[in-house]
Amino acid sequence: MRISKYILGAVTAASFATGAYAQVEIQWWHAMGGANGERVDKIAADFNASQSDYVVVPSYKGNYTETMTAAVAAFRAHEQPDIVQVFEVGTATMMAAKGAVYPITELMADTGTPFDQSVYLPAVVSYYQTPDGDLLSMPFNSSTPVLWYNKDAFKKAGIENPPSTWDELNADAQKLLDSGMTCGYSFGWQSWVMIENYSAWHNLPIGTRENGFAGTDTEFTFNNDAVVNRLQSVADSQAKGIFKYGGRRGDSLSLFTSGECGMWMNSSAYYGSIKSQAEFDFGQTMLPLDTDVADAPQNSIIGGATLWVLRGQPEDHYKGVAAFMKYLSQPEVQAWWHQETGYVPITTAAADLSREQGFYEENPGTDTAIKELSLNPPTPNSRGLRFGNFVQIRDIINEEMEALWAGDKTAREAMDTAVERGNALLAKFARANR
Amino acid sequence: MLKRVHFGPSLLPFLLVAPQIAVTLVFFMWPAGQALYQSFLIQDAFGFSTEFVWFENFQILFEDQYYLASFQRTAIFSLSVAVMAMGFALVLAAMVDRIVKGVMAFQTLLIWPYAVAPVVAGALWVFMFDPTLGIFAYALNTIGYDWNHKLNGNEAMLLVVLAATWKQIAYNFLFFVAAIQSIPKSLIEAAAIDGAGPMRRFWTIIFPLITPTSFFLLVVNIVYAFFDTFGIIHAITQGGPAKATEILVYKVYNDGFIGLDLGGSAAQSVILMAIVIVITVIQFRFIERKVEY
Repeated sequence: MRISKYILGAVTAASFATGAYAQVEIQWWHAMGGANGERVDKIAADFNASQSDYVVVPSYKGNYTETMTAAVAAFRAHEQPDIVQVFEVGTATMMAAKGAVYPITELMADTGTPFDQSVYLPAVVSYYQTPDGDLLSMPFNSSTPVLWYNKDAFKKAGIENPPSTWDELNADAQKLLDSGMTCGYSFGWQSWVMIENYSAWHNLPIGTRENGFAGTDTEFTFNNDAVVNRLQSVADSQAKGIFKYGGRRGDSLSLFTSGECGMWMNSSAYYGSIKSQAEFDFGQTMLPLDTDVADAPQNSIIGGATLWVLRGQPEDHYKGVAAFMKYLSQPEVQAWWHQETGYVPITTAAADLSREQGFYEENPGTDTAIKELSLNPPTPNSRGLRFGNFVQIRDIINEEMEALWAGDKTAREAMDTAVERGNALLAKFARANR
Repeated sequence: MLKRVHFGPSLLPFLLVAPQIAVTLVFFMWPAGQALYQSFLIQDAFGFSTEFVWFENFQILFEDQYYLASFQRTAIFSLSVAVMAMGFALVLAAMVDRIVKGVMAFQTLLIWPYAVAPVVAGALWVFMFDPTLGIFAYALNTIGYDWNHKLNGNEAMLLVVLAATWKQIAYNFLFFVAAIQSIPKSLIEAAAIDGAGPMRRFWTIIFPLITPTSFFLLVVNIVYAFFDTFGIIHAITQGGPAKATEILVYKVYNDGFIGLDLGGSAAQSVILMAIVIVITVIQFRFIERKVEY
């Protein structure tokens, strides 16, 4: 089966090579393994079938970090792909490499491809825009944190509605404990959920210079009272079992799906995993509001990855890249991707199409992420963040937060150290990219 | 007189060593020079803006407490691996030396782990000690010990030391067996006739006579623990939890390939290069002199 596919491929390739005209091959490096990798292949195959001038060739290059490193190394060796998928924390690094990346707005203008940026969800594209509003890279898979909750456990504990504030969340966690559970809630990707999104949700900056959007000469400010008090209160609630720490990324998923913790804050893109693993009725709702900090939530920020176009390829490649980006943004393609994966659609039209198709009615709560992202027009504090060396800085934040959960440090000490260590890396980045 | 010019000047010797020189230049000197040059630069990931900063990358490193901590960690790791790998190998070699039947079988089996690739060795140990799936973690759990190297830094360190040791025992064993076999039988027999038991013969005759081998192995093992354990650490802990197993060579990778801080990473490589040079000098100065009793 596989072999015949290869032979077919070889024959097809050979016939193209000898044909009167050759199709332009566009290399697309991505970091989607497993089931999502197959979906990426399908998107490329569908695009290739839809026209005859270009062939998009997707290749899996490992996890996000590996893919980005591979692209950087390839660029230095002048062997770069046309398109590379880079995760959101790599944005500042990509952006600073002005001679390496081909901004989407510019690409579309240069190739004469009609392009209307207003059809994209503002909260999604604003993360990847220049201060002038030009789109740098094409959002591909984006998600945002939501509050997942165990409906069966809520029913058993006599809780009617999911919590909407931190006070309610703590009260509900206590009710869950009273009903016999051992853990109220947990969360994963703690820097993203508890610092980056917590700050955006309450319209607080996490760094100077518009969270780094306005320049690389930026410093962190997330050691403010709001963040520190909230984290300290979370750490203190560990004693009673209200909060339980379960690891850095998605490791704590099993705490939720096994029914140990009644609530879990993490990416909306865990929809598929929870659906297949949880043996209870679950729901998702918006992140809780800290009423000590703000009266109403602002909007959440995204995580995930975008597609960057790299420079240095022949002219005709970019026409194909532009055509592919346009194809990718079509409502049908986006709606399919959104419904299959749990990532948010990047255009409003795709969200509308999903609604028309009845996806949200059949799967209640699956539009929570979009609602959170488009709650309000993004402010400089909730547009996203753009810090250099942020891959390492997230590790620093993880280490300091673990010291907090372990009781080695207070929230104040942990956040002060994280800011200090993070600032040193920011300064280094600013210097290297002057 | 005799020593002078037996052969006329000829191009042949130069031609014969040329390939070796070329290999050394291309694969050793050139990259080393690149690393040295890179360590003086602060550069962005793509190589667009480059600033020559002399020793600033080194200065930053030695002011970084996490780098100094990594030094200490590497020392603990390397010494533990070297001592344990050599200790076990010596015991096994001394025992195999006394076996009468089936020596070949024992020797072959003991040498096997050397053929296992580091990453595979790492994968084996990760499976055995996985907190949720591992058979050893399960066994420890039944006797009341809650093993979790993903959260506990000391357990993580112990695990990488064990894995690295296990893989190196075979190599040490081979050398110890050869060293013990090269001791003249007459010495040992003479001691036996004088009434020395096996333990006494080992400590007073065998052990002193294999010191050159032991010293050579000590150097090799330290170099092994410094550099060749990357695959094992990458497979087992990836330097975590919270840097507990991030030894120097892993930090080079982490800062360079994950953090894309090429200057800082190159500076660390240069320091590692200096360490190797020192170790090699020690090896030549002392081992070539033949440590003897």
